[in-house]
Formats: sequence, structure tokens, C-alpha cells
Amino acid sequence: MALELKDLLLEKGDFSLTADLSLEAGSLTSVLGPSGAGKSTLFDGLAGFLEPNRGSIGFDGLDLAGLEPGQRPIAVLFQDNNLFPHLTAGQNIGLALSHKRRLSKADAASVDAVLERVDLGGLAGRSLSELSGGQLSRVSLARMLLLDRPIWLLDEPFSALGPSLKRDMLALVKEMAGEVEATVLMITHDPSDALALSDSAILVADNKVDGPFNTTALLADPPEALRRYL
Amino acid sequence: MAPRALAITSAGLVTALVAIPLVAVFDRAGGIATLNAADWAALRFTVWQAFLSALLSCAFAIPAARALHRQRFWGRETLITILGAPFILPVIVAILGLLAVFGREGMLSQALMFIGLPRIHIYGLHGILLAHVFFNLPLAIRLILQGWQDVPAERFRLVAQLGLGPAAMFRVVEWPVLKKTVPGAFLVVFVVCLSSFAVALTLGGGPKATTVELAIYQAFRFDFDIGKAATLAVLQLGFVGIAAAVLMRLVGAPKTDVGLGREQVFLRRMTPMRKLLDLLVIVVVASFLLLPILSIVAAGVFELPSLPSSVFQSAKHSLIVALASTALCLLFALPLATFKLGQTISLFGFALSPLVLGTGLFLLIQPYANPFELALVVTCVTNALMALPFAVRAIGPAFAQINADYGRTADMLNLTGWARWRWLYLPRLRRPIGFSAGLAAALSMGDLGVIVLFADPDRATLPLQMYRLMSAYQMEAASGAALLLLMLSLGLFWIFDQGGRRGFRA
Repeated sequence: MALELKDLLLEKGDFSLTADLSLEAGSLTSVLGPSGAGKSTLFDGLAGFLEPNRGSIGFDGLDLAGLEPGQRPIAVLFQDNNLFPHLTAGQNIGLALSHKRRLSKADAASVDAVLERVDLGGLAGRSLSELSGGQLSRVSLARMLLLDRPIWLLDEPFSALGPSLKRDMLALVKEMAGEVEATVLMITHDPSDALALSDSAILVADNKVDGPFNTTALLADPPEALRRYL
Repeated sequence: MAPRALAITSAGLVTALVAIPLVAVFDRAGGIATLNAADWAALRFTVWQAFLSALLSCAFAIPAARALHRQRFWGRETLITILGAPFILPVIVAILGLLAVFGREGMLSQALMFIGLPRIHIYGLHGILLAHVFFNLPLAIRLILQGWQDVPAERFRLVAQLGLGPAAMFRVVEWPVLKKTVPGAFLVVFVVCLSSFAVALTLGGGPKATTVELAIYQAFRFDFDIGKAATLAVLQLGFVGIAAAVLMRLVGAPKTDVGLGREQVFLRRMTPMRKLLDLLVIVVVASFLLLPILSIVAAGVFELPSLPSSVFQSAKHSLIVALASTALCLLFALPLATFKLGQTISLFGFALSPLVLGTGLFLLIQPYANPFELALVVTCVTNALMALPFAVRAIGPAFAQINADYGRTADMLNLTGWARWRWLYLPRLRRPIGFSAGLAAALSMGDLGVIVLFADPDRATLPLQMYRLMSAYQMEAASGAALLLLMLSLGLFWIFDQGGRRGFRA
């Protein structure tokens, strides 16, 4: 089983991006490339915010292209606005399970358990303004875990955190993804993040997506576009 | 029903509520030829008084906005906030206040008599202008002040660095501000005054000071000539529609002047003389706006305990109408604010005057029921439609912003339909919803428009009851009713607006 992009063409105004690659299910992959090269466009295409002009996004025998974002087996962590500030931590996480006014007992217990899992036990009733940046990231990750979707897209979600917090969060992502065997793609600007995540990376540059490469090798001898950027 | 279905239903319903009465009006209207000299005089007077009102409002607003922008004094913020209040002030209350200051028995007349000069005559064109300036000067000041505040801080620095004199300062800074804001402010005031009814009803009248709206009412109530009323309604619709379309064109244009900061700087040194003149302008404007209101409070406070029961009965009617009208307005505004066409449809209220709509509704109801029995229902619906553009303008941009910020997260969570409204839109729209509800409630509470067409003695609203007291020269009871109405209008606005702010978690 794999995430397969076949002959994929994404267009946004004048900008276009092609992708033709296959990522093994359960793999962790960094997405590298210069600013404006189309990393976020790639994610938009995968997550369903941008309809591909051509090609297919195959996963588990299914073509994802054409499905609504909420119907795809994909969970996304955006750069910001992942959580609704008018809701509590628990309510935010609960939306992964049910959109009913009140959670069932079982669902509420799952929310408590996943909060425990990300070291925020007992904080379900907290409003977001009472939580620190690191805690907010944990709430988002907890919701991702509970959404129970096999593909995780992370668009520089921890860029606002300090170096040591960021390391902790990356470790948590790896750990959690390992537990549920999620296929993870993470956009990053920081080579050390890429190295910390995994030994697999794809490169978005010159209007196309290339790879996967060995992260260490790619960073040791980056192609022209990436070198200029780094 | 899915949200989309509700949006389409609302759009259809609002369009029908506007279009069907209009069709009825057109159907009943006679040709242009049926208009007599008095009708044409009313048209000329309507345009002339609106022109003068706009001219005067802008002429006073320019120095006032400049003074408010460049002077810092205690109470400045409060004064700017108060400039927004006339919008939700019941017209009839303001008129009673203006009479108390500028009327025959008013403070100014008393002062003039004291020094041996004749009293002021407030009725007629200058009374109408006085009231229109009272209501629209604050609006014009706010629009022009906004223009001043939008001037990039860099430009003031540049002026200071180059040491430009007053003439160059005017050319580089002030003229562009005025050029950008004054035409818009002028047009807004002009269009608002074209539909003037309550002011013309109370301060105008007679062959020399009748607006078209007032003429519709007179054709209705005094001549029982509904065909004539319909013809006048078509006339009113035509020229207000044209003026409103021109307004949308000009004022709807996007802002292009972008500076790096919005920092408020005014680096030019002020001579004491200039400062004194500015403060004088501010004191005059503030007194002009505040004295009438303060006099209402002063005169009304002793009358409150002895108000006749008819006043409380009508206050009850008004409250029910206001709350129902607010609910209806929000029910229309929320779905319409979510899409472009809906936002456009909500603007019908701008182009349409209450009396035109009222005439149409009267024509529609008449064959089936006694229109006078439905007076409060018709008032409720009309008020909701009149408040609709303001509600949609408050909610629409906030709605777009929510989707820009959280739309993707919601999509990713598959949060659609009603669940999306419950979890995302409604809680985040609390503030604009509260504000809109306050506006709709206060506007309806103070409305003296269509109710005058339909009312019978049993079904008065508070503004109408107050008008009747004034017409019967029961001034004490009228001032008590005015204070009650003032408190209810501002109170409703405050409660709803605060309700929106309170529970909001940013």
C-alpha cells in the first residue's frame, strides 16, 4: 500500500506544479524546497483544497481526487488557525469524533484519554487562551490522532515554537505516527527538522515534485534550487 | 432544511417582500400626467432640501472632522462614540429635543427674547434642515474623520520634514482627504434626506415644505386617494433608486491609499489661535448635538411617573414589534450575508422607502383583510427590511473572515451544514450579530414611518403615540414618552450589543 501521485498537475493562477511519485504507507517524509516553490500548493492538492487539473492521487486502491477535503483519509495540521479559539481544548478535540451538540460518554472518554496521551491530562475544560503555544500544538496533535486518518500532512505546524519545544513536538509526532502507522508528510524550512523527522525527503522546486531522496544525501549535496535557498 | 436551502429561501422571500408590493404599486399608479402642480412642488422641495441638508452637513463636518483629528482633549473618544448615536436615536425624540432648544418656547428663543430679539420660527424648510443636519452632521463627521485617519503617517512626517506651509499642507494632505471623503459623505446624506418622512411630518408640511414621502402619506390619510399615493410612490422609488445607485457606484469604490502604519501623528505645530478655533468648533458641534438630548432627559424625568397608560400600552406594542422585527431581520441577514447575491438583495432596503413599501403592502392586503388590523405586523416586516442592509454589512465581512481563517480546518474536519453554523459561525459571529440585533431593535423601536399610514387608535407604537401627544400639544406627557422611548431604544441597542461582546472569546 502506498500514497501514489500519478501524472498529477496542480494549477493556481499562473503557477503550475507536477508530481509523479510514490510514498510507502507508514513512511515519514519531509517536504523541502524554496519559498514559493509550491509546497503548500502540493498539500492543497492532496488535502482537497485545490482540484488537480490532471492525474490521480491514489491511496489504498482509492483515487482521492474529486473527494471533499472532509471525506479524504487525510488529516492536516496547518501553520495556524488549527483550533477554534471560542471552544475549549476538549471541544476542539471532540470535533474529530462527532459534530453533535454533546459528546457521548464513550467519546468524552476518548477525548480525555488522548489528552492524557499528549501529556495534557485533565485539561479538557480549559479555554485555549489558558494554554501555552506548546500545549496548543499538543491539542492539535491529539485531535489529529483521534481523527484516525491514515495520512497526516503537517505544514510547518511548529514554526512558532522555540527550538527545544519544536524538538519535543517532532518526537511526539514520530512516536504517535509510529503507533498508528500513519503516512506523514511534513513541510519544513529547517534542515535539522527534516533530519530529525526521517531519512526520507521529497523536493519541491522548479514546478515539480521530486523524490523521495535520502534526506542526509539530499542535504549534503542539494540540487541548485535547494542550495540557493539553503 | 440545509443552510443552503435556507439561504435560497431567504433570498427569495426578501425579494418577494420587496418586489410584490412594488408590482402592486406600479399596477395601481396612474401616469405622470395625473401628478398636479403640488406634487411636482413636493418633488422639487424634496430634492432641494436634501441638497441643502447635504451641503450644510458637509460644510460643518469639514472643520469639525479636522479639529477632532488634530486636537487631543479630555472626552475626545467619548465624543467620537457619541457621534454614532444619532443613528439609533428615534427621530421623533430628537425633534422634540430640537424644539426644546430651537423652538418657539425653546432655550434659544427665550435667550433672544431676553435681549429683545424676536423668537425663532422652526417650522418649514429651516426646521427640516436643522433636524437633518442634526442627524447627518455626525455621520458626515465620522466619514471625513475616517478619511483623515486613513492618511498614511508617513505623509504627515514628510510634510513636517519639508517644512511645508499651510497652503502646501492643504494641497498635499487636506485636499486629497476631502476629495476622497466629501463627495461620498454628501451623497450619503443626500440620499438619506430624500426619503425623509418623520422630520417632514413634524417640522414641515404645507404647500411649501412637503416631501414626496409626506405627500404619499397625505394622499393616503387625508385624500383617501390610493392611486395618487401609488403614483407618488413610483416617483419616489425612481429618484431615490437612481440616487442610491449613484451612491453605490461612488462610495463602493475600494480604498487604495495604503500606508505602513496607522499611527496618529500630526506633527505640525499649532498656533494658539488655531487651537482655540478648533476647540470652539468642537464645543459648538458638541453642544448642538448634546443639548437637545439633555433637554429631553431634563424635561422627561419628572413626567415619567405620571405617564398616561396609553403610553405604556404603545410602549408594549413597540417592544413586541421591535423584538419580532429584530428576530426577522437576523433570520434574513444571516443567510443573506453568506453570499454575494444575498448581500446585494439585502440592499433593497436602501433604495426603498418605508412609505413606498407600506403603500404596496396596503394595496396587497386591502382586498383580503383590514390593513389597519395588520398595522403592527406590517410595521414589523418593514422595519426588518429597513435594518437588513446594515445587519448584512456588519455580518458579511465577518463571515468572510471566519472562512478565510478557519474554513480549511472546518473543511478538513468535515464540519458542514448546521454543524458548521453551530460550532464555528454562530459563536464567532456573536459580536456582529449582537451589534446588528441592537441596531435592528433600536431602529424599529424608534420608527415613525409605515405605522403612520396604517395606524388606528388601538394600535399605536410609542413613537406614534408620542407624535399624537405632540400634535395635541400635550408637551409634558410627550417629553415623558420621549424619555421612555429614548431609554428603550438605547437600552435595547446596549443590551444586544453587550450580549454580543460579553460571551465572545476571541
